[in-house]
Amino acid sequence: MLSLQGLVSQFAVLALAVLLAPMLTGWVNQCRAWLQNRSAPGLLQPYRVLTKLFSKEVVLAHNASPLFRSAPYAIFGCLALAAAIVPTLGTDLPLNAAADAIALVGLLALARLFIALAGMDVGTAFGSLGARREMLVGFLAEPALLMVLFTASLISSSTSLATIVQTLAHREFVIYPSMAFAGVAFTMVSLAENARIPVDNPATHLELTMIHEAMVLEYSGRHLALIEWAASLKLFVYSCIGLALFLPFGVAGPGDWVGLLVAMPVLGVKLAVGGFLLALIETLSAKMRIFRAPEFLGTAFLLAVLAMLVHVLLEG
Amino acid sequence: MEIDPLQATLACAAAWLLIGFGGLLRPGSLVLSARVLFPAGAAIGLLIAVIAFTSLFRPPQALVLPLGLPDLPFHARLDALSAFFLLLLGAVSAGVSLFASGYLRRGEGTPPGLQCVYYHVFLASMALVLVADDAYFFMVAWETMALSSFFLVTSDHRHAEIRRAGYLYLLIAHVGAIAILLCFGALQAGTGDYTFATMRELQPDAGVATAAFLLALFGFGAKAGIVPLHVWLPEAHPAAPSPVSALMSAVMLKTAVYGLLRVTLDLIAFPLWWWGVIALALGLISALGGIVYAAVQTDMKRLLAYSSIENIGLIIAGFGLTLLFRGFGMGILAALALTATLYHCLNHAFFKSLLFLCTGSVLHSTRERSLGKLGGLIHRMPWVAWCALIGSVAIAGLPPLNGFVSEWLLLQAFLFTPGLPQAYLNMLVPVAAALVALTAALSGYVMVKFYGIVFLGQPREAKLAEAHDAGIWERAGLAWLAAMCIVLGLVPTTVIGLLDPITRALTGYGIGSAAHGWLFLAPLQPERASYSPLLFLAGTALLVALAWLSVRVFYHGRMRRAAPWDCGFPYQDARMQDSAEGFGQPVRQVFEPFFRIDQQVPAPLDERPAFREVHEDRLWYWLYLPVARAAEFVTTLVTVLQRGRISVYLTYSFATLLVLLLFVR
Repeated sequence: MLSLQGLVSQFAVLALAVLLAPMLTGWVNQCRAWLQNRSAPGLLQPYRVLTKLFSKEVVLAHNASPLFRSAPYAIFGCLALAAAIVPTLGTDLPLNAAADAIALVGLLALARLFIALAGMDVGTAFGSLGARREMLVGFLAEPALLMVLFTASLISSSTSLATIVQTLAHREFVIYPSMAFAGVAFTMVSLAENARIPVDNPATHLELTMIHEAMVLEYSGRHLALIEWAASLKLFVYSCIGLALFLPFGVAGPGDWVGLLVAMPVLGVKLAVGGFLLALIETLSAKMRIFRAPEFLGTAFLLAVLAMLVHVLLEG
Repeated sequence: MEIDPLQATLACAAAWLLIGFGGLLRPGSLVLSARVLFPAGAAIGLLIAVIAFTSLFRPPQALVLPLGLPDLPFHARLDALSAFFLLLLGAVSAGVSLFASGYLRRGEGTPPGLQCVYYHVFLASMALVLVADDAYFFMVAWETMALSSFFLVTSDHRHAEIRRAGYLYLLIAHVGAIAILLCFGALQAGTGDYTFATMRELQPDAGVATAAFLLALFGFGAKAGIVPLHVWLPEAHPAAPSPVSALMSAVMLKTAVYGLLRVTLDLIAFPLWWWGVIALALGLISALGGIVYAAVQTDMKRLLAYSSIENIGLIIAGFGLTLLFRGFGMGILAALALTATLYHCLNHAFFKSLLFLCTGSVLHSTRERSLGKLGGLIHRMPWVAWCALIGSVAIAGLPPLNGFVSEWLLLQAFLFTPGLPQAYLNMLVPVAAALVALTAALSGYVMVKFYGIVFLGQPREAKLAEAHDAGIWERAGLAWLAAMCIVLGLVPTTVIGLLDPITRALTGYGIGSAAHGWLFLAPLQPERASYSPLLFLAGTALLVALAWLSVRVFYHGRMRRAAPWDCGFPYQDARMQDSAEGFGQPVRQVFEPFFRIDQQVPAPLDERPAFREVHEDRLWYWLYLPVARAAEFVTTLVTVLQRGRISVYLTYSFATLLVLLLFVR
């Protein structure tokens, strides 16, 4: 079951995700600044921020519990593992047999549970407010994401991500109407899950609008660095899921060493385009009130269910 | 020497009865009950679990007991299905009894000796329900179970609302019992022979079988708490002492699932596909309704009771899917759905009893059940808090713990449904899968609310500073249940291997032997889906350790304590945290049509502003109150018969006898 190529691509995927995730965040920020006619921070700015945070000491609230201190590591570990599961370079990933699409959603939910609990731990008004809003977004976005993945699973009759990517990549080019619905739903879910406009704004500390930032207000130093890094990883993971489902071309099959090398620049280009589109969406839309978020996510959920129905009715 | 497992089980049940009545020797003595009898009961529980474990793979054994009425002896039988539920009963009750040893206190209503009697009679009757092999024995054990649990629920009978909860429980339990009795009546099909062996032989026609199924669904559904028969559950569970709530939720609800499986898949044996649709629909409604109601609760035990309705809903949905596949003759898929159902029964038994016991410790230590008056207990009660975290992650259905495995299996079963031969069902089943996913996600929300408000944050009351951690007995019980939650999550292939004989007996197929290697759980084909919790846990642990180590090696571990930052706001106190109502507000808003909301908002210039909001179950007004009014109306008609003179009543009896004789002769 274990092959040399599998191990190599497994480590390559993991290392690439962990090391490059902050750069994707930097790229999105850069694009957004250009689109908004501001002068952009450098591509490496997130790394500078992380280094700064890692060097600073941690200032911990008096009543912070051990859960609060261990949560950043748990969240980082969960998201790094999630990044290692999604087949971005090659479909021969040893960890893919350990966790399928449902486990991936479970892993993301586990990270969310920890971050929400950590938000409630110090017992500030902002923390519990953020946790509640995060869980609100989560309980609507999670089933929608699962339904998007199920649509792909029904097409490839497998929940294993590698099989899904293989089936979607190596079929003749047909546009599945179900995947079109799923694509819209997935875009909406990713915007919400990554604390992006129109659901949340990563660049604000205004209490009426923030979700993610409210939860992590009490974190500082290395803990905050890990949380920020994990947030970048989450964006990276979601982008990779999107690429795996909707643009699965250029991913190496088993035993294809050349394909593995080619896949790296291809992935870079795809991520760059995806990041630019994300910045474009963020620039073109306005932040909506939190009360409208359930409507937005409910639409995403219904679209995802519709995608499954369309598959059963038209393509089954 | 070969020990007969069935006789050993019956002996264990007798031992439980004996231990229980031992409490009567000195009813007031706490030492006798708590330090001797309850630990002995826990040992018997473990023994039953071991016996059941060994008899899972044996052929069924039957026995006629020299007990019962003349010409109507008790029949007992132990097959794989009974053994599985006995295993569940034994293993869970061991933990709960250990906990109860430390939990019993003097001066809370019923004296400890009597509680010991009820408790062990309850355990023994559940064991007998599981081995009963004729309708008569089954009903005797079933009613003993209902009555003993009624007395346990009303342990604290000095409070009027607890008596009311007990009454409601008794009422619905008996309406259900009548339906079960009628179901057996339909199944014996006029032969007058009420043994299960005869019922298995008979092939009832579709009409009779359908009637029996619907009666069973109603009767066992009332016990399991399927919507709309769930109303007793959120009343009775908070009223009962915590070990009793744990047993009722974890085991008693499962005896109802056992009854449903026994009747539909064993006694009838050939279910029609559309029964599955009914069960699936009811299950999904219960699951979604249960979790939505759980999200808005402010009492921690009520919250858990509603979450039990949700989990039973998932179990019944899995059962419905089993019937659906079985009805269409898709045996291997029926086996998959049945495996998911049974696995979820086992998981729910462990994590729900764990969480109920945690609320018991919190209740004893703080005298507070309302979420709005708790908080910050992770500092004062670390043992309970960490065990509760394991339970919460498990019940939220997150990997790598046990709740995830059964939900994973259930979703896999749903993903196979496009192969069904019915076009309309094909369309509906994706919607059903979406509802399961929504329920699972909502249970994560509910668990963050439960755990975050009880154990995290700042204490909301001054007296919480005196809270103390659980004692040694309580810790032992909690640790056992928490450990089982982890083990059941990490070795799914072994557990599925244990479920194999049951699915083979009930559906003719098994997926245990199809598991590919001990490491990977792959229910049908490995390329279709596989999951390995051990590798999953190892991967996460490795990455977490790596992150921790590299931060220490490349940077530093310096840390300083300070006041919370909170955006620089200095006057913040415990009351500014989210309350339980506040945390439930988004769910209340999204699912507004589910509730009957009564809201009182203060006027703008009110001197003493007050805000009050009550949300109730709409079913009370749509279903229960009309039924109650109708019953009241009928009873006023019947009062015409009441004359208050004994001679008139004797005449009635005489007339009734005459009429009955006419029928019988």
